Amino acid sequence: MRYAKKDLKPEAKLGDFDESYTLNKVDDIEYSYKGKRGLDEKVIRDISAMKGEPDWMLEKRLAAYKIYLSKPSPSWGGDISSIHFEDIYYYLKPAVTEQKSWDDVPFSVKETFEKIGVPQAEREMLAGVKGQYDSEVVYGSLKKVLSEKGVLFLSMDEALKFYPEIVKKYFGTIVPAGDNKLAALNTAVWSGGSFVYVPAGVDVGLPLQAYFRINSESAGQFERTLIIAEEGAKVHYIEGCSAPSFSSASLHAAVVEVIVKKKARVAYTTVQNWYKNIYNLVTKRAWVEEKGEMRWVDGNLGSALTMKYPSCVLAGEGAKGEMLSIAWAGKDQHQDTGAKMIHLAPNTTSQIISKSISKNGGRATYRGMVQINKGAVGARSKVVCDALILDDLSRSDTYPLNKIFEEDVILEHEAVVSRVSEEQLLYLMSRGLPEHEAEAMVVNGFLEPVMKEVPMEYAVEMNRLVNLEMEGSVG
Amino acid sequence: MLTIKNLKVKVEGKEILKGVNLSLNEGEIFVLMGPNGSGKSSLASTVIGNPIYEVYDGVISFEGQDMQLMTPDERANKGIYLAFQHPVAIPGVTVREMLLTALRIKNKDKVVSALDLKKTVEREAEKLSLSPELLGRGLNEGFSGGEKKKMEILQMRVLKPKLLIMDEIDSGLDIDAMATIARSVAEMVKEEKMSVLVITHYQRVLNYLNPDKVAVMKDGVIVERGGKEIVDRLEKNGYQLAE
Repeated sequence: MRYAKKDLKPEAKLGDFDESYTLNKVDDIEYSYKGKRGLDEKVIRDISAMKGEPDWMLEKRLAAYKIYLSKPSPSWGGDISSIHFEDIYYYLKPAVTEQKSWDDVPFSVKETFEKIGVPQAEREMLAGVKGQYDSEVVYGSLKKVLSEKGVLFLSMDEALKFYPEIVKKYFGTIVPAGDNKLAALNTAVWSGGSFVYVPAGVDVGLPLQAYFRINSESAGQFERTLIIAEEGAKVHYIEGCSAPSFSSASLHAAVVEVIVKKKARVAYTTVQNWYKNIYNLVTKRAWVEEKGEMRWVDGNLGSALTMKYPSCVLAGEGAKGEMLSIAWAGKDQHQDTGAKMIHLAPNTTSQIISKSISKNGGRATYRGMVQINKGAVGARSKVVCDALILDDLSRSDTYPLNKIFEEDVILEHEAVVSRVSEEQLLYLMSRGLPEHEAEAMVVNGFLEPVMKEVPMEYAVEMNRLVNLEMEGSVG
Repeated sequence: MLTIKNLKVKVEGKEILKGVNLSLNEGEIFVLMGPNGSGKSSLASTVIGNPIYEVYDGVISFEGQDMQLMTPDERANKGIYLAFQHPVAIPGVTVREMLLTALRIKNKDKVVSALDLKKTVEREAEKLSLSPELLGRGLNEGFSGGEKKKMEILQMRVLKPKLLIMDEIDSGLDIDAMATIARSVAEMVKEEKMSVLVITHYQRVLNYLNPDKVAVMKDGVIVERGGKEIVDRLEKNGYQLAE
């Protein structure tokens, strides 16, 4: 690190991160199944058969495929016309099967994981690690203490095998296949992803962590995540993403469903750093019951295009939804992100804090919705979306939508678009900071309200990524 | 240490400084007075290298080195510090984060302890009667006028420049705050042999700082030079008689 951006606690060093590793090398992985390009019913039947799934899941997949075919692509948001759906491999199975111990993981996979910091995270007492290497989980571990509490943290494939009744009860209930074209596609071809089940009253304490990674050219990654927090349960789930570079566009279309029961609390943190040719089109939604709390924390730094609007359906009285997000849009990037808060019950509260930065022709869009239904008396919502534009080539847009059907509610909305002023740069330079460090400092300060809410390790990672982007764009 | 010879400066084509000569030795306090719009603040901005101020003739040298091609950060790291008249807010960046970075750059490879800096900043804040709560906020974010001025002085105390330029430090300060700031500056002059260029419209700050040299500026040139007696006369008669 050239200089310290944040006054870090001494233990929060980037110790094992190798600065020379650029995450754009394609690792040499063997696939035991690579299927064919494009999608038809046979591919879906193959996926289901290979996984040995129950019939009801195959039926869900096939029904979703029909919906996928019938729905139009979204005409709003980013431009997805350069995704060639017919060229994508919808299912890839690495030749290595799931490993029980770190020692069994093949070297090339391990090296990548080490470079992106998984083992370090493990050492730092994070509760469990699930890494997704393309379509199958190749490394997973779960601390013994969690299983003793009855907490389940598995890949979705395993969950379907070992806990089919829970999966059947909740799968597709929060994000049904008919929700949108990409949710339908995910339902049809999903593979991997995480399954978290926290029994009533259990506080998981340590964050559960997963790393995802697309590794094959034109590999679609369609992971499916389901989190269920029973009454009074608490859990924090973290996913971080990084991907090596490819010559043609890859697609990431995930679905995340979260069920927050009465008085339960769930936090879901994402650091998205896909390589710059990935299309990241994700549907994330939480259902929040009485006095439950859901918090999304989202950092979007990579990808060519991200379209992601994590939502909270505040279904029970006093339920609370929160979204904290940062987006970085550099050269050739479009971050079209935001949040949706849907208030169905009285005294529900929501907050959206969105910060975006655009530079070198990048485009950042905030697209959000707050809906307060009739009967949701006493509902309160606050939306703050700030955009920082670093040069004249870049662009920022804000599309807030409020649908209010109840009178006795409070809605606050602030949106500020700003630039790093010459005055700020001069001030910091007059204290001895070279121009690019002065600019980076203003940017980090702008992000600080979100960064301080993010777990230390992730704040460090996001800061580092932002600073790398800043440096890269200077030279 | 600071020598300005025949300095001519334009801003957007307009002549602001029309041949300024000035020299300042180590440990000296130089007071530059003059009415509003006389070019005093422009001189300060030019010395720190604000790119808006275009030097088209003359020389600024610091410790024998020509400053013309140096960027503001290079000048700062040579030991020039400006206490701004209107410091800008930097949201989300605390004074400690900024100083830690500035010190690490200034000291090059030497390790700067974040913990030591924290203690230093807290101690200096206490000496300046600056509320510790302000240290946790973004720089100058929601600060009162007086708090901003004190924060400028706090940073100066930590960065220990060789030359301090104070641009209208006395505007908007109450008597107590002014006395505190002046005491702090005088201490640096005495203990660190810091030089000070005081730019002021008023005479008030000079009740607390004893100048070695005084000059009066008008219309982009220096029209009078001398010692403390000029201050006393201006206090009585105002700027009209300086012509």
